[in-house]
Amino acid sequence: MALTLIACFAALQMPPLHALYAIFIQPLASAYGLGEWLLKATPLMLCGLGLSLGFRANVWNIGAEGQLTMGAIAGGGVALYIAPGLGPWGMPAMLLAGMAGGMLWAAIPALLRTRFHTSEILTSLMLVYVAQLLLAWLMVGRWQDPQGFNFPQSRAFDEALILPLLADGQRATVALYGALALAVAAWIFIRHSFAGYTMLVAGMAPAAARYAGFSESRSIWWGMLIGGATAGLAGIAEIAGPIGRLQPSISPGYGFAAIIVAFVGRLHPLGVVLAALLMSLLYLGGEAAQLELGLPAAVTGVFQGLLLFYLLAADHFAGLRLVRRPARAIA
Amino acid sequence: MSLDYCIALCTATVVAATPLVFAGLGELVAERAGVLNLGVEGMMLSGALAAFVASVTGGGLLLGFLAGALAGLVMSLLFGLLTLRLGTNQVATGLALTLFGGGLSACLGRGYAGLPGKALPPLQLPLLSDLPVLGPLLFRYDAAVYGSLLLVAGVSWVLFRTRLGLVLRAVGESPQVADALGHPVTALRWGAVAFGGMLAGLGGAYLSTAVTPMWAEGISAGRGWIALALVVFAIWKPWRVLFGAWLFGGMTVLQLHAQALGIAVPGEFLSMLPYLATILVLVLICRNPRLLRLNQPAALGRVFQRER
Repeated sequence: MALTLIACFAALQMPPLHALYAIFIQPLASAYGLGEWLLKATPLMLCGLGLSLGFRANVWNIGAEGQLTMGAIAGGGVALYIAPGLGPWGMPAMLLAGMAGGMLWAAIPALLRTRFHTSEILTSLMLVYVAQLLLAWLMVGRWQDPQGFNFPQSRAFDEALILPLLADGQRATVALYGALALAVAAWIFIRHSFAGYTMLVAGMAPAAARYAGFSESRSIWWGMLIGGATAGLAGIAEIAGPIGRLQPSISPGYGFAAIIVAFVGRLHPLGVVLAALLMSLLYLGGEAAQLELGLPAAVTGVFQGLLLFYLLAADHFAGLRLVRRPARAIA
Repeated sequence: MSLDYCIALCTATVVAATPLVFAGLGELVAERAGVLNLGVEGMMLSGALAAFVASVTGGGLLLGFLAGALAGLVMSLLFGLLTLRLGTNQVATGLALTLFGGGLSACLGRGYAGLPGKALPPLQLPLLSDLPVLGPLLFRYDAAVYGSLLLVAGVSWVLFRTRLGLVLRAVGESPQVADALGHPVTALRWGAVAFGGMLAGLGGAYLSTAVTPMWAEGISAGRGWIALALVVFAIWKPWRVLFGAWLFGGMTVLQLHAQALGIAVPGEFLSMLPYLATILVLVLICRNPRLLRLNQPAALGRVFQRER
């Protein structure tokens, strides 16, 4: 992968090693940079963990971006209009509403798949566009900040509803702890719960799962709802963290990048955590490439696509074995 | 509502539908051969950019369309290399192709955003184009619209009336059996994937030279995904792709003309229409499992590699 990148930079007439340094090393050279790294890794971890559980059961939820948006809408609505009256319960109510919003949005493809056999790939993806348009509508209409000089955004959340920072002088929040705790929970779910086991069987051997009497629709529901809940949590954590208000664009494609994170992490919780850190570095690299080298933001998408291509191809080569051909029999 | 306005709506629908016809038809062929390529969106975007760049930088529109097809082809060959040669998961590879194509086209196209594009001119057919109502309704489209209609007919004929089509469908139903009968399964799948890529590229080209003659990042706005849904809607039959595309084209046009038609709904909700309609249509088709089971290629999305 590094070689491909070097070739790309060479093609763009840039000194390759300097470009690599600017993209992948420089961003981490300061405390602020480290904070940004963890900040971006958090939603990727959250979404990636939820998705990986679904992928294990062959549940192809690719609409995490929409579930993240709905989580932000639901949690943001609570933060703007309900939580200020709840005192210390405001923060948990906001976070729960975020998860519920994501779960609701994930429940639609789950229902359509279990009731009407509709591919969750297409429905969950279509709902991404619907959620984003809904948010855009709220931001120019109902929920727009009346004192916001007509900017399409809500008013800022109360100070008490903003997630605390990990440390001063950077922007990462305690949501990171939540994501790490969730990774442990996901590991326990996979290894030690019956639902996790049935999902694993449903993914690896659907026929065996049917024979054992494991309900297919139940593993679809589990897979979609967990993915929706974690994506919704990621959404509310984003707007109750660094952003601090609702606005039309809340995620630079974290929900889509999380699909790659899940695969790169081998659908294993620990792997997902590491992959999220890697993917976050790619995001930072994309930003640095914008600033330092004048490349557009979309270069992140190229990085991501390449990463997944290489991973998939590497799987193939890792599976190859040297085979000694049997001596040819005399014809 | 005047007759002229109705005609304008109908023609706008056909134009809006044409990228979907191209992309949907290409994906249909690939899926008939048992390959599910979720990278349509990425291939369309590459095609759209290539066609725009080629036509604006002096190549002319014909070269633009060729460049679009070529860009889609190259992207699909990448997909083929991974899924057919290396046997990777088709769903994951397709997603990667969409991300990659979207990112790459946005990167390479940043200098071209906002430039005025070349628009495909409508054909002037002698006599026919001047007919009173039928002229503007049927005979004043650009060449690509008629080309897409011919392609639908051609693909339909090849798939269901020729030996090649029969073998291709057999590959999609049961690659093992087709292989045992001595048919070149992988080669046929390569061909189907490449055809799908070329057509997705053409769909993108039509988008950036006729529907909206310009380049913008993410110009396809989910049309690649709608094309995928269209194939299911069409229960893998070419002619139904055409009708489905008109339905979705109509949605897009309705959204643009809603104000003129006096529909007082916020623009954001009108923009949701094509996506919601896609979901609705999928549900209507898929709720009948027999219909699906009888028509869906049985080996769709399954990796086939020969035993050694």
